[in-house]
Amino acid sequence: MFVPCGSSAPPVFEGFTLLLPAVSVGNVGQLAVDLVIFTLDMPKVGYFYTDCLVPMVGNNPYATAEENSTELSINAEVYSLPSKKLVVLQIRSPFVKNKYRSFCQTVLSWVKSSRCAKVILLSSSHAYQRDDQQLHGTPLRYLLSPAIQKTAGDLMQRLNWKEMEKVAAYPGVNDAEMVLHIPGGGITTLLFSESCSNEIQMAVLLKFCSEGDNIPDALALVNYLNEWLQLIKSEQNSDAPATPSQWKIPHSWRLLFGSGLPAALF
Amino acid sequence: MATFFGEVVAAPSRAGGDDDEEAAAEREETPEDREIRRELEEKREVHILWSSKLSASTGSFTDEQFPCSKFILAIGHNAVAFLSSFVLNSGCWEAIGSVKLWNEWCRTSNTTSVLPTDAFCLFYKLISDPTVLLCQCNCYVAEDQQFQWLEKVFGCMREEDLQVTILSTCPVTDYKTPESTLTLPSPFLKALKTKEFKESVCCPLLEQPNIVQGLPAAVMSYCQVWQIPAVLYQCYTDVIKLDTVTIEAFKPVLSSKNLKSLVKDMSKSTEILKKLVTTNEIHNNIYT
Repeated sequence: MFVPCGSSAPPVFEGFTLLLPAVSVGNVGQLAVDLVIFTLDMPKVGYFYTDCLVPMVGNNPYATAEENSTELSINAEVYSLPSKKLVVLQIRSPFVKNKYRSFCQTVLSWVKSSRCAKVILLSSSHAYQRDDQQLHGTPLRYLLSPAIQKTAGDLMQRLNWKEMEKVAAYPGVNDAEMVLHIPGGGITTLLFSESCSNEIQMAVLLKFCSEGDNIPDALALVNYLNEWLQLIKSEQNSDAPATPSQWKIPHSWRLLFGSGLPAALF
Repeated sequence: MATFFGEVVAAPSRAGGDDDEEAAAEREETPEDREIRRELEEKREVHILWSSKLSASTGSFTDEQFPCSKFILAIGHNAVAFLSSFVLNSGCWEAIGSVKLWNEWCRTSNTTSVLPTDAFCLFYKLISDPTVLLCQCNCYVAEDQQFQWLEKVFGCMREEDLQVTILSTCPVTDYKTPESTLTLPSPFLKALKTKEFKESVCCPLLEQPNIVQGLPAAVMSYCQVWQIPAVLYQCYTDVIKLDTVTIEAFKPVLSSKNLKSLVKDMSKSTEILKKLVTTNEIHNNIYT
């Protein structure tokens, strides 16, 4: 459930775009959301208190100075920027077993009660599961729920984006039945299909990637998102993607691969 | 992915377990699967058993709440031994309840006279001020049980200017620092506090990008969301078992506002501590 922080009037999200990540391969969605929150300096407006995620706390991951570095952060928090009609839910830990469906239901009922205009889910999928066709060209894909097709379908055509391909449900046996299959995508498929059934305007933006240093994947995904939402203006002309240096890297990304090595090792 | 020897293995993902299989399993559950899952959930349920001394009624506690101004929670055997030696030794405490839970790692025992090696989770109240509650949690509370534990324990409290103090330990290898953890002078103490906690802390705050997980994180999250002043003292140590050096690393916490008034007689503490640690060692020695 959404719990606003602070004692002022609860924030209003009517007509806003909700951006959230799927906990997926390489944590690319979550890294991309970190870039959005930190670059746009979005203030925290509340918590998403749920038993579906593994608990975790730490000090403010977006700290810029001594003063704001001691604010405690939990595993699911909500940030908002009314000037861009953007609300972001950041998820920082994996799901508790058997809680996928429960989480999807909670999020979608929150979307409905807060009357968000649309939802954009940032996700990723295992690069090694691509078929021969997918190995060529862009590794970025999109999906649109039927409810958002009318408003965003044309834009996708103009941007020349590639829709996520369906695969045969029983490959080799029966190639007629095609299903959506996003390996490594976490709750992506479930949340997307639930949105379709509930007539929610949802778009999924995902990137094929592998585990490793996923910072470049996050930058690619956030630039992909920026082509649509125009959250930051790119320096050169409006057609080129924003340069990596325009997205600010939060300090919590330090030591992503562990502590320093002992000198005695060498 | 292929390893050096050419065999193909499933690559582990930082994003979680076999999420696709799990999501698919959730979609295609049969009535039998549902029944098995329900039975397993029942087995993993967390139960709080309050003694009859807590209220006038006999047997276990039902829907009543008791007032609580201070909640001190020790998680893990070193933190538990610290409170046993320095706070509970004063004889001013009364055992009032226990947690009954089961998971793949432990089953809690019901008795109040426990060894440091037992799995237990016991509650004590201060006789002179029954709004002060202390919890010794020496059992592993699994991920899916943490929320339940939290809701059931805090659900029994009627908060009256509630302040929460948590003591916990963690391996020093989990601590992220630009230098190597090998050269760090461990054990050392780090703190995290919620927004409403205005008192001073007894050690440096935990720097980014370090995080805390498990039951301490669950309690801190609850307190942060519901605006309860709370502080967590996490001791980073390189010793896994019960260890006097690690336990004594918590000593600065005794000067904190919440614990200062509860420490009566420190002269016996070292003796009690030594006894606790040696009992554990003898227990583990197969040659005696």
